[in-house]
Amino acid sequence: MSGTNNPLIFELSKQGRRGYRLPDLDVPHRKLASLVEPHLLREQEPGLPEVSEVEVIRHYTALSRRNYGVDLGFYPLGSCTMKYNPKINEQVADFESFVHLHPLQPEESAQGILALMHELLVGLCEVTGMSWGTLQPFAGAHGEFTGMKLFKACFEKRGETGRTKVLVPDSAHGTNPASAHLAGFEVVEIRSDSRGLVSLESVKDHLDQSLAGIMMTNPNTLGLFEEDILEISKAIHDAGGLLYYDGANLNAIVGKVRPGAMGFDVVHLNLHKTFSTPHGGGGPGAGPVLVSDTLLPFLPVPDVVKRADGYHLENNRHDSIGRLSGFYGNVAVMVRAYAYLLTMGRDGLARVGELAVLNANYLKERLKRSFTLPHDRTCKHEFVLSARQLKEQFGVTALDVAKRLLDFGIHPPTVYFPLIVPEALMIEPTETESLEVLDRFVEVMETILQEAKENPEILKLAPSRTPVGRIDEVLAARKPVVRWYPETEESTETWVQQ
Amino acid sequence: MIAYLPHTDEDIEAMLDVIGVARIDQLFADIPQELILKDPLEIPTGLPEHEVYRRMKSLAGSNQVQNVSFLGCGSYDHIIPAVVSHILSRSEFYTSYTPYQAEMSQGFLQAIFEFQTMICELTGLEVANASLYDGHTAASEAAVLSLNSVRRSDTLLYSSTLHPFTRQVLRTHFSNLPVHLEEIPSLNGTTDLEVLSARLRPGVAGVILQSPNYLGYVEDLSGLAEKLHDNGSLLILSTNPLSLGVLKPAGEWGADIGIGDTQPLGLPSYFGGPSVGYITATGKLLRKMPGRIAGQSRDQEGKRAFLLTLQAREQHIKRERATSNICSNQALAALATTVYLATLGRQGIREIADQNTQKAHYLYGRLVKETPAKPLFDRPFFNEFPIMLPNKAADVLPRMEEKGFFAGVDLHRLDPTIPNGALAIAVTEKRTCGEMEAFVEALKEVLR
Repeated sequence: MSGTNNPLIFELSKQGRRGYRLPDLDVPHRKLASLVEPHLLREQEPGLPEVSEVEVIRHYTALSRRNYGVDLGFYPLGSCTMKYNPKINEQVADFESFVHLHPLQPEESAQGILALMHELLVGLCEVTGMSWGTLQPFAGAHGEFTGMKLFKACFEKRGETGRTKVLVPDSAHGTNPASAHLAGFEVVEIRSDSRGLVSLESVKDHLDQSLAGIMMTNPNTLGLFEEDILEISKAIHDAGGLLYYDGANLNAIVGKVRPGAMGFDVVHLNLHKTFSTPHGGGGPGAGPVLVSDTLLPFLPVPDVVKRADGYHLENNRHDSIGRLSGFYGNVAVMVRAYAYLLTMGRDGLARVGELAVLNANYLKERLKRSFTLPHDRTCKHEFVLSARQLKEQFGVTALDVAKRLLDFGIHPPTVYFPLIVPEALMIEPTETESLEVLDRFVEVMETILQEAKENPEILKLAPSRTPVGRIDEVLAARKPVVRWYPETEESTETWVQQ
Repeated sequence: MIAYLPHTDEDIEAMLDVIGVARIDQLFADIPQELILKDPLEIPTGLPEHEVYRRMKSLAGSNQVQNVSFLGCGSYDHIIPAVVSHILSRSEFYTSYTPYQAEMSQGFLQAIFEFQTMICELTGLEVANASLYDGHTAASEAAVLSLNSVRRSDTLLYSSTLHPFTRQVLRTHFSNLPVHLEEIPSLNGTTDLEVLSARLRPGVAGVILQSPNYLGYVEDLSGLAEKLHDNGSLLILSTNPLSLGVLKPAGEWGADIGIGDTQPLGLPSYFGGPSVGYITATGKLLRKMPGRIAGQSRDQEGKRAFLLTLQAREQHIKRERATSNICSNQALAALATTVYLATLGRQGIREIADQNTQKAHYLYGRLVKETPAKPLFDRPFFNEFPIMLPNKAADVLPRMEEKGFFAGVDLHRLDPTIPNGALAIAVTEKRTCGEMEAFVEALKEVLR
C-alpha cells in the first residue's frame, strides 16, 4: 500500500515462520477426522500472520511507541480521571495465586480472592455511604444498566409498573440515556439552568405517577456540584421515584461527601477512575454498583457473603435481578483497586478529593484569563472552557486546539462534551499532577492561543509532530474498512464466499 | 505522606493564592455543609507500599492454584506465551484510554484493527468490533443486534445448551422488555433441531446457539442457516475461538453473527475476568454493530491511518438511540489476544487446537475404559467432555482435590437439569500425559 509507514502484522507474514514452540504432543496422535466427524471441521485455514517471536515483539513495541499514556505525561481528559496508575497495584495483581484462579474452583480454595472482593465492597460502601452492592459490572455503563434494572425490579415489586420515565440532565454522559433506554425506560431530558445545574424547578413538571427516577452525576460534567441535590432528592422520593448516582466524577468528593447522604438509591463507581486502576486503552475497567437498603433485595447474583466458616458466593436471592456477567466481573481490576484502598486509607482518600479540586480550580483560574469560561464558579475536579470566541474571531475550533496540543506532547482535554457548551474543552487535571505540570499546560495553552491569533493555519494543519497527521473521518465512515484483506482482491473474494 | 500526591505545602499555598481563597475547605463551600463528612471514613489509615505488598501476598496465599486443573466451562487453563504479558506491560498501552485522539493513539488503534481482522479470520465472518465485556454479555449484544436488524421481530430463540450463565445473563438483560425469549430443549446433549425448526415463525429475530456447547459437544448445524434465513431470522453462533483452529467456524456454517469469549486466547482465568467478548458479523450488519470499531483511513498526506469509526452508532453521539450503551470495553485484554494470535500464527492455531482435541480424546478414552465413569452422551467434542460418575460429584471432587486435582466442573451445580454426578472435564495442551495418567489412577482409587 502506498504511503504505508507502519506495516500491519499481516504484512510482515512469511510462510513457514513460527512465533511459538508448543510442547511436543505426548499422547498418541490420531487423525483429526477420526475424532470429530469431517463435516464439523473447518475448510478454510484462518489467515493469521506467520511471524517469529522477534517480529512480534518489535512490531508491538513499535506500536506502543505510537501510543500515549499517563506514564508519558499529562492527560487531562475530562470525566475520565486519568490519574497515575500506581505500580504496586500492577505488581500485586500479577501474583500467580490471583492470576490462575479458576472461577468455578471450590470456594474453600479461593478464600483469598473472595475475602478481597468482600472487603473491597465493604470499603466501597463506606466511601459512598451505601448498604451493599455488586462487583459484577464490567464498566460504568454496565453499572448504569444494572442500576436501571434495579429500578425496574423495585417498581415491579411495588406493583408500580407505570413508572416508565427516567429524567436525565442534558449535561449527562451519553451512557446514561443509552442505559436507561436499554433497560426499557423512556428518557426525559431535563435542561440545566444558567448556573449549569439541575434546578428543582426543572424536575417539578415530571413528579407524577409515571416518574421512575433521575440519573445524576454530582459533581456534574461541567465540574459543578449540584447544589440543590437535597431538595431534588426529596422531591423525587416524595413523588415515589428513585435516584441514580453516576460515579464517574466521584474523585472530586471522595472522602469528603458521600452519595448516600445526598439521598441516592443506587451508585456506580468507576474503579478505573477514582480508584486508580489503569484504563488499558479503553478497558478493562470495573463499575461496581452500591445500593441503599431499599434496593438490597434486588441486587444481582451471585453475592459475595461472609459467614462463620468463610466467604461464599450466594445465588439464592428470590427478588434478584439475576446475573449480569458470566462470572464475577473484572477481578484483576478489583485487586488493583483494593491495593489502592489499602495504600490510601481514609486519610489519603480525603486528600485525593481536596487536591483534585485544588488542581482543577488552579488551572481554571489561570486559563480563564485567556479562554472563555462559560460557568465561572468554584469547580470541583474539572471545568469546561469554550473555544467559541476563538472560532468566531480566528476560525479556530476546539478540535484545532486539541490537535495542536498533540504537537506539544500533551493529551488534549475531552472536546465537544458536555453538549450544552459550544466548542467545549473539558479539563480534568486529577490530583496526581504537580504544580509544574499544570503551569506547563497553561504555558502551552497560551502559546496555542497566540498562534490562533497570529497564524491560525498552524492549528488548522495540526498535528504535525505525530506519527500521522489529521485523519479523514468522513472517508472512514463513508467507506468503512474495519479489517485487513490480503492485497489480491481475488483471493479475498473466494475466501469470503467459501 | 502519599507517594502519588506531589503537592508541597508551598505549592498548595501558591495555588490557593492564585485561586484567591485561604484554605482548601473553601473550595467545597458550594456543597451544602450538612453533606460534608464530619468524621473520617471508617476505613483504616493508609499503608506504606511494602505493607500493602505483604497484605496482598497474604490474601493471595489463601488461594489454592497448585492443583492440576481439568476445570473448564467457560474458562480454561492454557499456555500463555511470555511475549503476551511483556507487551501488555508496556505502559504506553496500559496507561492510555480509549483512543479518541487518533493521531496520538495509532498504536492501539492499529492493534485493535489487527484484532478485528484476526477475529474475522478465525470466525470466517466479515466485520468485527473492538471488544465487548465477555462472551456471555456478547450474547445479549448479539441478540439486540438481531432484533434491531430484523424488521418487526420481537422473539429470540436460544438453545438450552448455551452456557447456563449466558442464558441467565440473557434473561436478566431482557427481563421487563417487550421481547420473548424462548429456550430450545436439547436432545442427547445437543440442540433439538426439530423443535427449533418447529418454533420458527414470523417475529423471530435470531437463534443463539453455542458450539462446542457448554457440555463440550460440537453442534451439527448443517442446513440450519438456510432454514433460518428462509424465515427471515439470523443465526448467532457462540464459539470458543480456540476451537476454530480445527472446527468449522460461524462463517462456514452460514451464520450471520459470531460471538464468544477470547479468554482461551492469551488470557489467564483470573477468577473469571477480565476476558474479552468478541462479536463478528456479516458486512451488512456493520452499521448496527455495538461498541467501538477501529477503521482505516488516511491522513492529510495520504498515509494510512487508523481511527475509531462509525461513531454515529454510539452512546456519546446517539445517546438513547445508540446501538448499545457500551463505552469502556476490554481493550487491553483484546490486545493480549492479538499478541497471542500473532505469536501462535496460522500454523500454531491449528496445532494447538489439534493438541487440545488429541489430549481430551486420549483422557476420555482412558476414563471410559479404565474407570466406572460413563460418557454422558455419545457426541463429538473438542477439548471438553462430560462424564457420569457412579457417585455424586460432591463426594468425588473433594477427594480428588486431596490428591492434587481440580477434577472438573460439577454440572449439576451449574445446571440442576443435569443429573448429579455429571462432571465436565476440560483438557488443554497444558496437561501432560503424565498428569492425565495420574488423574486416571486417582479417579480409579476414589471410585473404588
